[in-house]
Amino acid sequence: MQRHIKMHTKNLDFFYGDFQALHEISIDFIQHQVTALIGPSGCGKSTYLRCLNRMNDLISRIRIKGEAMLDTQDIYDPSVDVVTLRRRVGMVFQKPNPFPKSIFENIAYGLKVNGVKDKANITAIVEKSLKQAAIWDEVRDRLNESALGLSGGQQQRLCIARALAVGPEVLLMDEPASALDPIATQKIEELITELSSKLTIIIVTHNMQQAARVSDRTAFFYMGKLIEVNDTDTLFTKPKLKQTEDYITGRFG
Amino acid sequence: MIKQRLIVQKIWFSLLKVAAWVNGLALAVIVYFILSRGWRAVSWGFLTQAPKDSMTAGGILPCIVGTIALCLMTILVALPIGVASAIYLNEYAGHGKFIRFIRLGINNLAGVPSIVFGLFGLAFFCIVLKMGVSIASGGLTLGIMTLPVIIGASEEALKSVPNTYREASLAMGATKWQTIRRVVLPTAFPGIITGSILGISRAAGETAPIMYTGAVFFTPDLPASILDEVMALPYHIYVLATAGTQIEATRHLQYGTALVLIVLIFGMNLSAIIMRSKMRKKLRI
Amino acid sequence: MAGHLQREIEKIKKQILSLGAMVEDRFQKAIYAIKTEDLQLAQKIIDTDVEVDECEIEVEEECLKILALYQPVATDLRFLVAVIKINNDLERIADYAANIAQRYKTSFNDPNKFKYDYTSMADQAAKMLMMSLDALVRMDVDMAYDVRDMDRDVNIMRNDAYDSMKKDIQLHPQMVGEIINMYLISRHLERIGDHTTNIAEEVIYLIEGEIIRHT
Repeated sequence: MQRHIKMHTKNLDFFYGDFQALHEISIDFIQHQVTALIGPSGCGKSTYLRCLNRMNDLISRIRIKGEAMLDTQDIYDPSVDVVTLRRRVGMVFQKPNPFPKSIFENIAYGLKVNGVKDKANITAIVEKSLKQAAIWDEVRDRLNESALGLSGGQQQRLCIARALAVGPEVLLMDEPASALDPIATQKIEELITELSSKLTIIIVTHNMQQAARVSDRTAFFYMGKLIEVNDTDTLFTKPKLKQTEDYITGRFG
Repeated sequence: MIKQRLIVQKIWFSLLKVAAWVNGLALAVIVYFILSRGWRAVSWGFLTQAPKDSMTAGGILPCIVGTIALCLMTILVALPIGVASAIYLNEYAGHGKFIRFIRLGINNLAGVPSIVFGLFGLAFFCIVLKMGVSIASGGLTLGIMTLPVIIGASEEALKSVPNTYREASLAMGATKWQTIRRVVLPTAFPGIITGSILGISRAAGETAPIMYTGAVFFTPDLPASILDEVMALPYHIYVLATAGTQIEATRHLQYGTALVLIVLIFGMNLSAIIMRSKMRKKLRI
Repeated sequence: MAGHLQREIEKIKKQILSLGAMVEDRFQKAIYAIKTEDLQLAQKIIDTDVEVDECEIEVEEECLKILALYQPVATDLRFLVAVIKINNDLERIADYAANIAQRYKTSFNDPNKFKYDYTSMADQAAKMLMMSLDALVRMDVDMAYDVRDMDRDVNIMRNDAYDSMKKDIQLHPQMVGEIINMYLISRHLERIGDHTTNIAEEVIYLIEGEIIRHT
């Protein structure tokens, strides 16, 4: 099976003002695979994730050095339209954040802001996205009710559907299940595995068992540096570096 | 020892309760005072006729119309500029010197005495811009006076929109303006509207800014355009109580007018609160 | 939470090492019983084999509990997997020690005693057992590899015993039963050697993370 590298960074440095938050991070993200980023709090994994769809641009006084590519395009090139980038690289956040609108309007939002006008088309895509996110059956009869009436787990799947509606190629997930109960978490994890056959997924997680269950490759971050990146089963049975081993066995962090 | 803490707590809570009750009591006293002295004057005729016989008889219809006209003009001026300023300050502005200067200006504007606004309005709108004493001048003056209130309320409303909404929108490929127009503003709308109505209901009761710029002692006709002068409720009370020839004779009319003004303002505030709770319900659940 | 897991792992370590000491002791006693012709000792080893079985079950249940509750990874995981398998090998070694005692007991009542000197083979097997357990305690991968090499010698010795007893059967056909009984002891010793080699291979897996069985 040919392995196409969908996104990669090479020697990526990231600065908040004078503080260097990321040091020379180089990772390849292989298409149709799930890559997990693990590490203790404050190690930079969320910062790194936000570099991949340029959400860090919203913060002032930041600086980036090094290479970050989507397919063959440098995403930090001045000619890149950030708005288009974010359509191709979607994001799901830690706390479910549906808009205070109806379920239908939530999913249709991404389509409308990207210029899709045809009502029939929008309705079809809304249904498709809700099906992809495994929540269609639960909401098909109440599409016009407020999204805030759903449970936490349902809201998060709604946010995933919302992100999927614009047809991204890569999905970034920042601790998507950390605010959810175990059953909702399990549903999200199953969803991730299902979606990975069509998308490339990069997920930040605090929960190492989750990383082990869900990902094909795992990258271990510590203090802004990439310590080790490897196939998940290898990393969790025989990690190369002692630091990785100490972290995953819980001896520190 | 434990008992003592509970006693101290009870004392403090009682004091706080008293303070709150004083508040309510003051309102009740004022309302009772005006109600008891004014209700006799209020009748259907009172509300639909113009003043007669040197204002010792008749009604206050022109004043009601005038106040409403001024309020509408105020809304027209203050709401768009106020909300737009709030959007700029909260969503787009940085933290540089220029912005701090603007914010300082807004805060100081809020502190300018209303009589000074009146004189400014007279000098600028009536004389320099040659609009004379009119709804336009009065409305513009009131509008500028209400601006800080509306900007403040709107900024609060915008700030209360969770940042996660903005992030979610941007992460889907929306531009900043699309995010504001489609997510932030609709969510902040209840707060903006409520704050604006409260600000305007204050403006409805102001006398000093409209004294020289929009309201007059007496005019026989109802206003036909925004360049017409009007009578206004608060000014009418002032006029009857100080400048009229029959101060004592018109005492009951003064209270009646005050009663109508208070009812109008309470009405506006109440509608603001009801509107906000309805909108909130729609957004939450 | 890491503290809990580490404590549990230390506990298991102690348990498996004490089981190892118990089994070593039994094996030594079985050989000693034959050397000193102590039937009582041999009988005791046969009767108390059930104690080893109970220990084995206890260790295995502890391991399963830790796996369920703590979801260990990396070395912790490999350690527990190794312990479960070593646990099994130790129990089998104890069984074979009892079997050897049983062979001796059977031969005790023979009118014609047939003797074969198993000293060197038994010593080799005992040394392998001791070394494999040492390798576990000290996480010494070189010692574990040495044990693997020593197994070759044990196999050779068993083949020698086979050839020798083949001749003996031809020479003394009336003692064929006793000779076969004696031969079985060499089989037991050889199996003990195999199991200690397994233990050594588990230790190598634990340390290096590679499964080297069958290589």
